[in-house]
Amino acid sequence: MNFDILIPLLAATVLSGTPVLYATLGEIITEKSGVLNLGVEGVMMVGAFSAFFVAAATGSPWLAFVAAGVVGMLAVSLHGVVCLWFQGNQVVSGLALTLLGSGLANYLGTPYVGTKAPGFSAVALPGLSRIPALGEIFFNHDPLVYLSYLLPPILWFFFHRTGIGLGLRAVGENPAAARAAGLNVQRLRWIGILVGGFFMGLGGACLSLAYTHLWTSSLSGGRGWIAVALVIFAFWRPGRAVFGAWLFGGVMALQLRLQASGAQVSSSLLLMLPYALTVIVLVFSSAWRKSDAAPAALGVNVEPGE
Amino acid sequence: MKLKRLIITLAALVLAIPAVSFAAKEVKVGFIYISPVGDAGYSYAHNEGRKALEQMEGVTTSFVEAVPEGPDSERVALNMARKGYDVIFGTSFGYMDPMLKVAKKFPKVVFLHCSGYKTAQNMGNYFGRIYQSRYLTGVVAGSMTTSNILGYVAAMPIPEVIRGINAFTLGAQSVNPKVQVRVVWTNTWYDPATEKEAAKSLLDVGADVLAQHQDSPGPQEAAEEAGVYSVGYNTNMQSFAPKAHLTSAVWNWAPYYTKAVKEVQDGTWKPESVWLGMETGVVDISPYGDMVPQAVRENVDNLKQQIMDGGLKIFTGPIFDQQGKERVAAGQVATDDQLLNMNWFVKGVTGTLK
Repeated sequence: MNFDILIPLLAATVLSGTPVLYATLGEIITEKSGVLNLGVEGVMMVGAFSAFFVAAATGSPWLAFVAAGVVGMLAVSLHGVVCLWFQGNQVVSGLALTLLGSGLANYLGTPYVGTKAPGFSAVALPGLSRIPALGEIFFNHDPLVYLSYLLPPILWFFFHRTGIGLGLRAVGENPAAARAAGLNVQRLRWIGILVGGFFMGLGGACLSLAYTHLWTSSLSGGRGWIAVALVIFAFWRPGRAVFGAWLFGGVMALQLRLQASGAQVSSSLLLMLPYALTVIVLVFSSAWRKSDAAPAALGVNVEPGE
Repeated sequence: MKLKRLIITLAALVLAIPAVSFAAKEVKVGFIYISPVGDAGYSYAHNEGRKALEQMEGVTTSFVEAVPEGPDSERVALNMARKGYDVIFGTSFGYMDPMLKVAKKFPKVVFLHCSGYKTAQNMGNYFGRIYQSRYLTGVVAGSMTTSNILGYVAAMPIPEVIRGINAFTLGAQSVNPKVQVRVVWTNTWYDPATEKEAAKSLLDVGADVLAQHQDSPGPQEAAEEAGVYSVGYNTNMQSFAPKAHLTSAVWNWAPYYTKAVKEVQDGTWKPESVWLGMETGVVDISPYGDMVPQAVRENVDNLKQQIMDGGLKIFTGPIFDQQGKERVAAGQVATDDQLLNMNWFVKGVTGTLK
């Protein structure tokens, strides 16, 4: 593979990894607070649809982007009600959210299938995009990609340097101790769920506003599930999530380019690659780090008055 | 008592009026679609044909969209048959067996299945020779390329898609022997994100005209953004890529649908398998984009006329496959059977079939 192919490949890697990155970061925030949310796929779908809908109605991609986040928060608040108020099973509630979200987005979106809405296009960053190779790979994308570069450091700061972030991690590790220390466990878990849902909604918005400018049913195509898997790959760290998302995006972009360049490999096998790789990576990363990277109280409900 | 009798008489009269005035001619036609009609693609094209039926006297139509293949389609067909529909069109391959099952239960209802091969006393099937349109779009693409690399975003490795790619390639080679067609499979029928990405991967290897088989305008969008040309499918995709779109291979079901329903109305309908060519108007190409030069237009229009007259058969030998093996001997024309089971690429296509 020569250089002319490699650079567009890496640029495509970043682009196709971005929606997954937003969703993965959202799930990391949620899980850090001790709540497992398997509804990412559904939340991405409602996010993608609301972004498309608002963009078509108002013509403003930025408004649509924020709206997707807000709708994502609304969607996950269902999960919050079930898990935090009624102590429901987090796995079941998450799966239900996936079904509900995907179904709702497909149902509401049916009249819009195949229609176009305004969205983001690539904007070369002045100066930075001139850097040989790197400029083309990293700085010639749509604004949502640039925004995603800023998120991991911001989240790192949030988790390690702010009171809310530290509290959020505490209730994910040991809710009883956090409560004894005077933290409001319920409120912090609500924050984790809602902020997480906001990011998942944004991930969906990337698909309908930047990746394509079209609406279709099942737009997310399983990317929400990939995000759930990448959280484990990332050991719940925002920085590593970037590599996970790009790895997935890279293999996705690579398999199409291998076909285009005339490689004599079965296309069915190539199309399976990104998903197969996710499974393999998951197995290895679990074996290396065992469970100590996961928040200790992940998936454990806490009684409100406990 | 008198009043009651009067009411009964009146009611009987009211009920009798429509039965008398429309008697033999009224036909209720139902359509089952695989995807929403708004998709600007395959189901949209069928739905345009349905709208043409609405203009016919005594014909009422309705449709159910986004019906998955398998048990769901059987339920929808059964429901239509029970509700007294006279003709039921199912437009996806996987509706074939479910429709056959329902057809056996309702011998008075006419079932017409698109793209399949099974028939019954009251079930026929139909499809169009869209490969003829593909050939013409290939001629346009082969005339417009400067890199001599054409990109083809392909759906699923089945004979219908393969036939389309081969016809497109033969068309391009007829005006440009140096041309090669690069194929990327997405294994999707409608996934704009993946299909657009596949289109971009073809641009990266130097393709300057993109063709596609899927319903989504994703590849058109990619061509428009990159400033290269594109060829659409199903319906005129010009609105998605005004600067890139050369032409599209399009379906126009109205002539067939009106003919079939007319036959049912007249009582002359017979179960048969039809594969409709360009002369029926069912398959065509959409109007050229402004960038297509006059000479190319004249050449393609001329070829189109030859196809309609029967003078030009697309798969006329000698045709060689990718390995150089002769598949259709010189002077021979591939049979419909060969076309329907096509599982090899012609020479000049770069891609795998596995």
